Amino acid sequence: MTQLILEQMLNGLQFGLMLFLLAAGLTLVFGIMDMVNLSHGSLYMGGAYFGAAAAEASGSFLLGMAAAMLGMAAVGVILEILLLRRLYQRDHLAQVLATFALILIANDAVRMIWGPQPLLLNPPAALAGPVELFGFIYPAYRLLIIGVGLAVAIFLYLLVSHTRAGMWVRAGAANRAMAEALGVNVRQLFTVIFALGAALAAAAGVLLGPLLAVQVGMGENILILAFVVIVIGGIGSIRGALVGSLLVGIVDTLGRALLPTLLRATTSPEVAAHLGPALASIMIYLLMAGMLFWRPQGLFPARS
Amino acid sequence: MNQRHAEIGLLLAAAALPLVLQSFGEDYYIGFATRLLIFALAATGLNFIVGYGGMVAFGHAAFFGIGAYAVALLMAAGLFSAWLAWPLAVGAAALAALLIGAVSLRTRGVYFIMITLAFAQMIYYSVISLKFAGGDDGLPLARRSTLAPLDLANDATLYWVTLALLAACLFALQRLAASRYGSALAGLRQNETRMEAIGYPVRHIKLVCFVVGAAVAGLAGALLANQNGMASPSQLYWTQSGMLLVMVILGGVGRRYGGVLGAIALLGLEEVLGRVTEHSHFYVGLALLAVVLFAPHGLAGLWARQK
Amino acid sequence: MGTTEVTALLEIAGLKRHFGGLWATNGVDLTLEAGEIHALIGPNGAGKTTLIHLISGALLPDAGTLHFAGADITRCNMHERVARGITRSYQITQIFPQLSLLENVRLAVQARRRDWGSSLRFWRPASADVQMIAEAGDWLGRVGLAAAAGQLAGDVSHGERRALELAMALATRPRLLLLDEPLAGMGPEEAEHMTRLIAGLRKHAGPPQVFPGPQGGERRAATLSGGAFNGEQTVLLVEHDMDIVFRLADRISVLVAGRIIASGAPAAVRENQEVRRAYLGDEL
Repeated sequence: MTQLILEQMLNGLQFGLMLFLLAAGLTLVFGIMDMVNLSHGSLYMGGAYFGAAAAEASGSFLLGMAAAMLGMAAVGVILEILLLRRLYQRDHLAQVLATFALILIANDAVRMIWGPQPLLLNPPAALAGPVELFGFIYPAYRLLIIGVGLAVAIFLYLLVSHTRAGMWVRAGAANRAMAEALGVNVRQLFTVIFALGAALAAAAGVLLGPLLAVQVGMGENILILAFVVIVIGGIGSIRGALVGSLLVGIVDTLGRALLPTLLRATTSPEVAAHLGPALASIMIYLLMAGMLFWRPQGLFPARS
Repeated sequence: MNQRHAEIGLLLAAAALPLVLQSFGEDYYIGFATRLLIFALAATGLNFIVGYGGMVAFGHAAFFGIGAYAVALLMAAGLFSAWLAWPLAVGAAALAALLIGAVSLRTRGVYFIMITLAFAQMIYYSVISLKFAGGDDGLPLARRSTLAPLDLANDATLYWVTLALLAACLFALQRLAASRYGSALAGLRQNETRMEAIGYPVRHIKLVCFVVGAAVAGLAGALLANQNGMASPSQLYWTQSGMLLVMVILGGVGRRYGGVLGAIALLGLEEVLGRVTEHSHFYVGLALLAVVLFAPHGLAGLWARQK
Repeated sequence: MGTTEVTALLEIAGLKRHFGGLWATNGVDLTLEAGEIHALIGPNGAGKTTLIHLISGALLPDAGTLHFAGADITRCNMHERVARGITRSYQITQIFPQLSLLENVRLAVQARRRDWGSSLRFWRPASADVQMIAEAGDWLGRVGLAAAAGQLAGDVSHGERRALELAMALATRPRLLLLDEPLAGMGPEEAEHMTRLIAGLRKHAGPPQVFPGPQGGERRAATLSGGAFNGEQTVLLVEHDMDIVFRLADRISVLVAGRIIASGAPAAVRENQEVRRAYLGDEL
C-alpha cells in the first residue's frame, strides 16, 4: 500500500509539473491581459506533433523537443501579433469565439498535415527502462519529466521574482494601467510572454507525448485542467500556478488510484464501483468550485 | 406589424420545408433541418442567459445533456410518453440550473465563466462514470418518444413538433423580455449597483433568467435525444458548451434571433463545407475569426446595420 | 439627543466595521428623527460613505445594531431595506445609460410596486402599464426633467443625471433618503438647482398623491406639488459644502475617524469646540 501511494504521489507530482508548464503561460495571459484563451491547449497539441515529427526525422528526442519549443514559440509570436492583440480590448465573449475558432482550425490543420491517426513518440532510448529508487521500481522517463518540470519551475521562479522583466510581469499582473504608466512596454512584453507560454506548452506536449497519445483533440481535456489550476492558484500568479498544479496533479492522481479502494472498504462494492470513478474524476472540479465560492481570488491573488 | 408579417411568413416557409424536401426526394435533409432547429433552440436558451441576463455561462452543455439523458433514462425505465418525459427533462435541467446557479451567481465575470465550466465538467464526468447511464458509449433510445396523437417516428412530424416548440419558446422569451421582469433584466445588464439601490433582489432575478435559459436547453436536449436516437456524453462535454456559445456570439448576443441565426449559420456552413472537404472545421474556424474581427455584433448585428 | 421613541426613524447603536486593520466605522451612535434633514459632515476619510453603505445595506456591520421604524434591520440586505423604506444615492452617478430618463425612473417605480415578480408580470408587456409610466413622468417633472423624458440617460448633462438619480430614489418612496454628496462635480447653477430640490423635500414635498386602487392597482390623484406634506421624508445628507449644509440641515452630526464627535442643531455644532478643533478649524 505505501509502495502504491508513494508511486502515485510521484505520478501526481509528475502530472502536476506538466500542468504547471501549461498553466504558467495561461495564467499570465489571463492575469495581465484579462484574456480568456481557449487555444492554449492547441499550442500543447501543436508542440506534441512538432516534437514527434522532428524526433522521427532527426532520430533525437532532444532535437524534437527543441524544434517543438522553437516552432511553437514562433507560432505564438505570429498568433499574438496577428490576432490576439486585437482581442485584448474586446469582451470575454469575443475572446471565447476567436480562440474557440483557433481550436477548430488547429485540430483540422493537424489532421491535414499529419493525418487522423495518432503519432508515435518514443521516449529517449536511454530512459526507456525503469530505475530503482529508494527500494522500488519507477520508470526512468517519468523521473526525467519530474526533473525537467522542477528545473523549469525554478527557472520561471527566478525569472519572475529576480529579474527586471519578471518585475514588469508582476507589475502587469497586479495593475496593468499602472505598469504602463511606469513605462513598461506592455505590448512587447506581452508578445514575449505569449511566446514563452507557447514554448512551455509545447514542452509539456512533447514530454507527455510518450505517456499519452499524440492525437487530435489532446489539448481540449488538459486545457480545462490548466484552467482549474490557475483558478485555484489565483489568476495571474506564477506561484499560484505552481502550487495549484501540484495540488491538482496529486489530488487527481491519488484520487483515481485510491478512492475506489477506500470506498470499497467503507461502502458496498456496488456503490463503490459506481461512485468511486465518478467521485475521483470530479474531485478537482469540486475543489475549483469550492475555491471560486469561498475564495474567488485564489490561493495567491496576483491583483491587489 | 411589418416584422410580424415577416415572422409569420418565415414560419410558414419553415413549416413547408419537409414537403418541399420530400418532393425532391431529399429526405435526409429533414433530419438535418430538425437538428438545426434543435440547436437553434438550445442556443436561444443560452442567448437568454448571456444576451438578456448578461451572464457569460460556459456550461450550457450540462443542461442540454441533462435533457437528453433524462429522456433516455426515463425510456430505459419504461416511460415512453413525451407528454410526461419531456416536461420531466425540462424540469431536471431547470433543477440542475437552480442549484448550479444559486452557487455560481455569487461570483462574477471570469469567475462566473470558470465556475459554470467546473459544474458542467462535474456533470460530464459523473455521467460517463455511471454504468447505468451508458458510460463513454452514451445511452441509446429504444425508439422515439410517443406523443399521441402524433407519430414522432415520422421524421417530418418530429421536425414540425420541433419547429412548433422553437416558435413557442421564441415567442415566450420575447414576451418575457418585454415584461416587467424583462425590463428589470435590462436594467441589471446596464447597472447592477443601481438596480440593487432601488430595491431589486438582483441575484434572484439573475437566477430566474439562468433557470429559464437552462430549461429551454433541457427541452432541446430531449428533442436531440429523439433525433439522434441516443443521449451522448459528447453532448455534455465542454466543447459543446463552447459550440453553443459560439453560435450565440456568431448570431448576435442579445438579439431576438441571435441563437437561431448562429445555429443555422454554423451548422449550415459545416454541412456545406463537409460536402467539399474533409476539413470543414478549418474553414469554419476561419469564418468565425472573420466574424470576430469584422462583425463584432454577430450576423444579426450585420443585418441591422445594413438596414 | 432627546428624541422620543415615537419620532426616531433610524437608531444606530455601537456600529462598527473594519477593513483590514482599519476601523472605518468605530462605534457610531446616531439617531435620525422622522421628517428631518440631517447632515453628516466630516473630513475626508472620516468614514461617511462607509456609514452610508452600512445604513443602506451595501455593507454589513461587524458589530452594533440598526433599528428602522422600530424594527431590527441589522442583518437585512439591501433590497429588504429598500422595501422597508431606505433608499440611497451614490457619490458616483449610477444610472442606466442606454435607457431613456423615463424608463430609468419607471424601473424605480416598478421596484417599489413589488408585484414585478408575480406570474402575470412575466407575461404582460411592461409598456402596457400606463399608470406606472405616468407616475415615472411625474417624478421626472418633480426634478425638472419632464422635457428630457425621452432622452437617453447617457446623453444628458451631469447635473441632469444627478437630478435623475434623485427622481429614481424618490420614486421608490423612501421614508429615509440617503444622499451621498449629491452636489459632487456640479457647477454653481446645477448645484443651486439640486439644493432647491433637496430643500423642497422638506417644505411641501412628500410622495405624489397615489392611492391604492381596488384591485391592488394604483390610481393617481390629479396633482403632485399641491399635495400636503405627510411629514415622513427624512434625509441623511453627506455634503462637503458647509454653506449648503447649514442652509439645508435641521441637525448636523460630525464624523471624525469613524466616530460621531458631535450631533445637534447647526448653531450648537458650529459652536462646539471639539468640532472646531477636529475638523472645522477656521472655516467657520
